[in-house]
Amino acid sequence: MQDSLLSLIIFIPSVAAAILALFLRGDDEAAQRNAKWVALAATTLTFVLSIFLYTGFDPANPDFQFVEEREWLLGLQYKMGVDGISILFVLLTTFLMPLVIASCWDVKTRVKDYMIAFLVLETLMIGVFCALDLILFYLFFEAGLIPMFLIIGIWGGKERIYASFKFFLYTLLGSVLMLVAMIYMYLDAGTTDIPTLLSHQFGSENFSLLGIQIMGGAQTLMFLAFFASFAVKMPMWPVHTWLPDAHVQAPTAGSVVLAAILLKMGGYGFLRFSLPMFPVGSEVMGPLVLWLSVIAIVYTSLVALAQHDMKKLIAYSSVAHMGYVTMGIFAVNQQGIDGAIFQMISHGFISGALFLCVGVIYDRMHTREIDAYGGLVNRMPAYALIFMLFTMANVGLPGTSGFIGEFLTLMGIFQKNTWIAMFATTGVILSAAYALWLYRRVVMGDLIKESLKSITDMTGRERAIFAPLVFMTILFGVYPAPILDMIGPSVSALINNYTTAVLDSGIVTHMAGH
Amino acid sequence: MIQADLNTLLPEIVLAVYAMLALIGAVYTGKDKTAPLILWATAGLFVILAAWIGFAGEGTQTAFGGAFIDDAFSRFAKVMILLSAAAILLLSQDFMTRQDLLRFEYPILVALAVVGMMMMVSAGDLMALYMGLELQSLSLYVVAALRRDSVRSTEAGLKYFVLGALSSGMLLYGASLVYGYAGTTLFSGIVTTASDGPISLGLLFGLVFVFAGLAFKVSAAPFHMWTPDVYEGSPTPITAFFATAPKVAAMALFARVAHDAFGGATADWTQIVAFLSVASMFLGAIAAIGQRDIKRLMAYSSIAHMGFALMGLAAGTAEGVQAMLIYMAIYVTMNIGTFAFILSMEKDGQPVTDIDSLQMYSKVQPGRALAMLILLFSLAGIPPMVGFFGKFYVLKAAVDAGMVWLAVAGVIASVIGAFYYLRIIYFMYFGEERDALDGSITPVAWVLLMGSAAVMLVGVINLFGIEGLAMAAAGSLVN
Repeated sequence: MQDSLLSLIIFIPSVAAAILALFLRGDDEAAQRNAKWVALAATTLTFVLSIFLYTGFDPANPDFQFVEEREWLLGLQYKMGVDGISILFVLLTTFLMPLVIASCWDVKTRVKDYMIAFLVLETLMIGVFCALDLILFYLFFEAGLIPMFLIIGIWGGKERIYASFKFFLYTLLGSVLMLVAMIYMYLDAGTTDIPTLLSHQFGSENFSLLGIQIMGGAQTLMFLAFFASFAVKMPMWPVHTWLPDAHVQAPTAGSVVLAAILLKMGGYGFLRFSLPMFPVGSEVMGPLVLWLSVIAIVYTSLVALAQHDMKKLIAYSSVAHMGYVTMGIFAVNQQGIDGAIFQMISHGFISGALFLCVGVIYDRMHTREIDAYGGLVNRMPAYALIFMLFTMANVGLPGTSGFIGEFLTLMGIFQKNTWIAMFATTGVILSAAYALWLYRRVVMGDLIKESLKSITDMTGRERAIFAPLVFMTILFGVYPAPILDMIGPSVSALINNYTTAVLDSGIVTHMAGH
Repeated sequence: MIQADLNTLLPEIVLAVYAMLALIGAVYTGKDKTAPLILWATAGLFVILAAWIGFAGEGTQTAFGGAFIDDAFSRFAKVMILLSAAAILLLSQDFMTRQDLLRFEYPILVALAVVGMMMMVSAGDLMALYMGLELQSLSLYVVAALRRDSVRSTEAGLKYFVLGALSSGMLLYGASLVYGYAGTTLFSGIVTTASDGPISLGLLFGLVFVFAGLAFKVSAAPFHMWTPDVYEGSPTPITAFFATAPKVAAMALFARVAHDAFGGATADWTQIVAFLSVASMFLGAIAAIGQRDIKRLMAYSSIAHMGFALMGLAAGTAEGVQAMLIYMAIYVTMNIGTFAFILSMEKDGQPVTDIDSLQMYSKVQPGRALAMLILLFSLAGIPPMVGFFGKFYVLKAAVDAGMVWLAVAGVIASVIGAFYYLRIIYFMYFGEERDALDGSITPVAWVLLMGSAAVMLVGVINLFGIEGLAMAAAGSLVN
């Protein structure tokens, strides 16, 4: 089983989806229930299997483990494996998916199709994090658009069509440029094997294109092509505008997956491709990315303050938090990258939980307007408690996992560029402002709205969904070692290779000054 | 000597003789009553010939002093042509019967057109090229106007004829220039003249005109004007036929002329083909956005796809030809499935081609809608559907040939193009409910629709081994 564990984890959800599609007939009560149970069983089984992945993984070894390899077309290969960085994302995905499925238990329209879409999406997301072949990665990365497009378009809100098209075309435009760069890499290195490419030196001699002198040469161009894709996916300012639309229109479960997992593909891409494969390009473009990150942190936090729609507010806060991630990554030191990965994992729990929190009251009141709420604490004490915990985690209160990620990334960037660190830290204050203000307006105060007088507190199912998220958020808040130990060796290997490559290329940069 | 020549040509001869015998037979017996029989017989013969050519063919033979070439390349194209023509014939039976269009001439004309196409892909001489091209075109003009009492259909036929004649004229003019400056009509003769240093201005002019004529036939922009009207006006099965076999034949002929006759002047024609490619991709992508009729939309979609196929050719390498062949094979498979779907779009017994009528089709016919969804994503080139690999091969060929700009233009066009495929999905899945289409689907169409959708998904495993075959085919053309 060790040999094909990854394939099992990846394809079990798809097999379940195929079974649902082919054998489940009808759309009555019983069929709906069966579809939900099959989906829950498949995602839970995937999670159980991924625990074996965790126990069998050797954190001291920075290489890829659980590697599987088969021939594919065109000299490509079906190659899967995980290292300290990617295994965490696989675990995050498998951990969240059963919760996501459980959270859409009350969906009534086209339940079977809904489950199929999420199951297929799970396969594709795990595939992205495990693929060790360039084109295989692209395949999973791009294919993920299809189920998400359908989830937003079929089960979304009023403006779902605009949102789904924007989501699809925006991300597609970003990715196709990456495809061209991938083909170039394939022809340059003669292989699409990611471990081999990680040690391949792409050309970094300066040259001029259309009269413009390009520092870092081909590496810079390839960096930009990949950047186009990952920056959209992250999303970074100014290409983040698809995210609030998609989040607001997507159904709750769709928002959770989008915020908790899909956004992480961008950060993962930076760590897997941009930094190790184009170190010189990253070094040249790094300052730009850092400044964009800071703008994202400050600007989108301010935008979040002005929102009337809860989901939109959380969406903008996601963009701000992803700003910390890109900032940490492009600080290129142990604390920065550790913090970025930690932030991504922790954001997976927190933002997922926040969207679920919105979902809980949306299911009852069918509105996301902040003004429609107020004083919920009077009738929903359990909800108020849970919502407060995740609000605090979102702010980055010490003791929650949100704090560790933000602190590490800020520490990482402080060593690199104090100005950027200073601006970024204001984001911490701003996040406290918008998150606490949101909490006050929705939960605190007197219950005066007539429509809220009969609202009920969370059901047992809803509490059960939040329990694991609460546990993880606090666990990693007080004891972050399991994650940091896991990524440590892989990250330090990455940084060593990066530093060597940059020094070898002799490129003079801002790195020297600090 | 003549014996060997005729042996090489045997499949074409069999098909031509069959067509004439069937014609005489039908005229002297039941006329239109025999049409279903002839249709099935023709389709059966196509499949048998495809198997024969595919399995028995070996090596490279030439006949009639090099005017006719039988090599791996031509065999690959012929198998594609024959199989797609057979599929379309079977697909059309039900539709044509109900529209009262199933005349006995229809399968026979298709058979003759196929003879012409087989001639085209095997042509080794400008005369043979023209002969094949005209046989194909004349048959197609008639088929386009098959619905004699419909203004649209006759208009389509006439438009196709006039513009087709114009393109043939250009091609002939180019051919005469080439003959004048090369002193021969044989490709093998032209290629020696053309590779002998920089080619003369006259030859270059000839090349440009020949390519313009061929661009008409593959409906590459800016020579695409006839396509939307002909696609819209012709009966749907005929449109399906136009979108598949003739495109393969014309594209194969394009590759043949480019590499066999002008293989030594690659630098001169790659830029022409690259321009045709970019223009087609963008025109197909942008002009399709406003279309409301699914047949017109498919016309623009096919223009865009031809642009991608031409990108493979523009690379000017064996890999490029291989990519082009793979692209065409995938394109044809997708189109057969898509047209099987379009043929099932009916309301109260009348065919409907308005995209708007597909509102919430996924509620009415979940199976068919899902198959169409897969095909549309494949047409848009989204992985893991096989359509993506078609694009991947041509992009790789282009980058390999140093044409990164062409690849970048291609992927941007594909993003624009994705929009209108998504629009159909939007109607089928996100639209509003209203009285839906009620057309049933014939077993043949169902098999073809589901089959091609399944191929688009399963093909990701190894593309059914087509890669190796296409490589062998490309190797026999470019060396």
